[in-house]
Amino acid sequence: MSAQRSARRRAKDALLGYALVLPSLVVFGVFVFYPFVKNFSLALHRTPPFPGLPKKYVGLDQVKDVLSSSEFHKSLRITIEFVMLTVPVGIVLGLLLAVLAHKQLRGMGIYRTIFSSTVATSVAAASVIFWTLFNPQIGLVTYWMGRSGDLGVLEDPKTALIAVAVTTVWQNIGLSFILMSAGLQGVPDDLYEAAAVDGADGARRFWHVTLPMLSPTLFFSAVVGSIMAFQAFGQIDILTRGGPDDATNVLVYSIYEDVFRAGNDGVAAVKAIALFVIVLILTIVQLRVAERRVSYAR
Amino acid sequence: MSGITLSGVTKRFGDTIAVDDVSLTVDDHELLVLLGPSGCGKSTLLRMIAGLEEMTAGEIRIGDRVVNDVEPKDRDLAMVFQSYALYPHMTVRANIEFPLRSRKVPKDQRALQVAEAAEMLDLTDYLDRKPSQLSGGQRQRVALARAVVRRPAAFLMDEPLSNLDAKLRAATRIELVELQRRLEATIVYVTHDQVEAMTMGHRVAILDRGVLQQLGSPQEVYDRPANLFVARFIGTPPMNTVRGRLETAGGTPVVRIGADGVELPGAAAAAAAADGLLEIVLGVRPEHVEIVTDGTPGALTATVEVVEHLGHEQHVVGRLGDGQLVTVRQGSHLPAPPAKSSVRLAVRVEHAHCFDPETGARLG
Repeated sequence: MSAQRSARRRAKDALLGYALVLPSLVVFGVFVFYPFVKNFSLALHRTPPFPGLPKKYVGLDQVKDVLSSSEFHKSLRITIEFVMLTVPVGIVLGLLLAVLAHKQLRGMGIYRTIFSSTVATSVAAASVIFWTLFNPQIGLVTYWMGRSGDLGVLEDPKTALIAVAVTTVWQNIGLSFILMSAGLQGVPDDLYEAAAVDGADGARRFWHVTLPMLSPTLFFSAVVGSIMAFQAFGQIDILTRGGPDDATNVLVYSIYEDVFRAGNDGVAAVKAIALFVIVLILTIVQLRVAERRVSYAR
Repeated sequence: MSGITLSGVTKRFGDTIAVDDVSLTVDDHELLVLLGPSGCGKSTLLRMIAGLEEMTAGEIRIGDRVVNDVEPKDRDLAMVFQSYALYPHMTVRANIEFPLRSRKVPKDQRALQVAEAAEMLDLTDYLDRKPSQLSGGQRQRVALARAVVRRPAAFLMDEPLSNLDAKLRAATRIELVELQRRLEATIVYVTHDQVEAMTMGHRVAILDRGVLQQLGSPQEVYDRPANLFVARFIGTPPMNTVRGRLETAGGTPVVRIGADGVELPGAAAAAAAADGLLEIVLGVRPEHVEIVTDGTPGALTATVEVVEHLGHEQHVVGRLGDGQLVTVRQGSHLPAPPAKSSVRLAVRVEHAHCFDPETGARLG
């Protein structure tokens, strides 16, 4: 009797649970799960040269073609270059500002607000600011570099990626600063005090206490920053459109071009899968390490 | 040579005075306990000695050197924190070695000193572990090893035992005393636990609201508390402090409490008379009050409120006619009076203390 009742009750609870999950399941299904599965099917079909013709199932042929193409390799190389240019610099600058702002001084709140303000800036706004700075005719940066009237930094294949990276670092510095500040706040004060009494000067305290204690934060920032950099699109679309001469044609932008310029969604789908795998690996690494760091707690 | 001298040390945080004009000397090889309730300024005082907190006024000397403007790292001190403050990312060995590395001690010398400190604190088997793999007691010993490894001029300990359970705390207390004796160390030890203060300290400095109340040996502060604060703070259960009117009955000074009167010790009476006091606070430890039979002269009448049985002893709490409470501590072999019964309490006057009710200062 009571077993029966508890079984009924459990069923009722389960029903309520499913009902509550349903709305988000629908949203995820439409915008994530369906496109995800559909993307795999796209990758297995070659897009016809003329619109209107039926798509042809080619198995893994297209995947092989794309992954071995020099165009894909170049795009991947540029993407990795972009990650290398943005992530370490972003972390170092964020850490530097966070250490500076960590001091208990009057008016520090103002600095903290300024340092974290780029979080509230959209990619578009940041890009327009830097587009102006980099402008060959009126740009301040161009002027400082003595390149006025010359080829703009965004038009020069040698400097375009760096210019885009600078914009990205600036835009991400707020997030990096906030992450590093949070990490610093997690370091107990008495560790610094113990180190101070133990004879360590400021530099030694930084290298032997601050940095190791921040390593989980640093690692998290590196991985999340890399994932964000792999997915960068807005600033490239606004500043360079992948040019000049494909110098800033990162993976995501090339996917965009494949679909919306060339109309070749089969090739785009293969690249999207490649990007998915890269981000998946980074995410797994992050989760694994984060799990291991649990024992790091005192 | 490596004693510590504080003169007029003061610390203000905005409008609040955390430490108020404290002057005291910690002798070489002495274990001095800074004792007081939380917020009394004892930790702030210790942190000022360490250099972790700036002084508002005063002077601190370590040995012959004024250290007011000396960085913590250059004060030649070691500190044990309540949280232990072990470096979680370093092994036990690296933790103990850290102060030596900071001071650029050569490598083989370091290894030797680490081994010695680890041996002394029974940590040899744990040198390659991380602090997170150790028990609370072991972590505490690592913190101690990190302090002793360098043989500093003095040790500062901030409630080092308060994170241990009662049993381990008692054992570690004894180990610490032994360690102090073996190293002939100068130690300033902060605690709010009077048992630690009484059992470990060569001398005890009692602080309240930033002011040094009394400095003396554990026995001194117990037997002759300098004021009401110390009298009430030291001892469990705390000293009975009963307020009464000063009178003279047949030539002898008497404290009148309700309808009863207790004869005053001569010295206290003289001091009270000199100050022209009309009222006085009589302090008697619970072990110096006994329940006596009816008719005993000079005893106080009380109603029994509650009897607490502790196994080896019992505490009888009685309420006097005017509402004041008096605790009697007696052996558990004695019969416990029933609650709400009326008893007569005799005070052993030779052990009584008298205090000025306004200033709290000791009389006589």
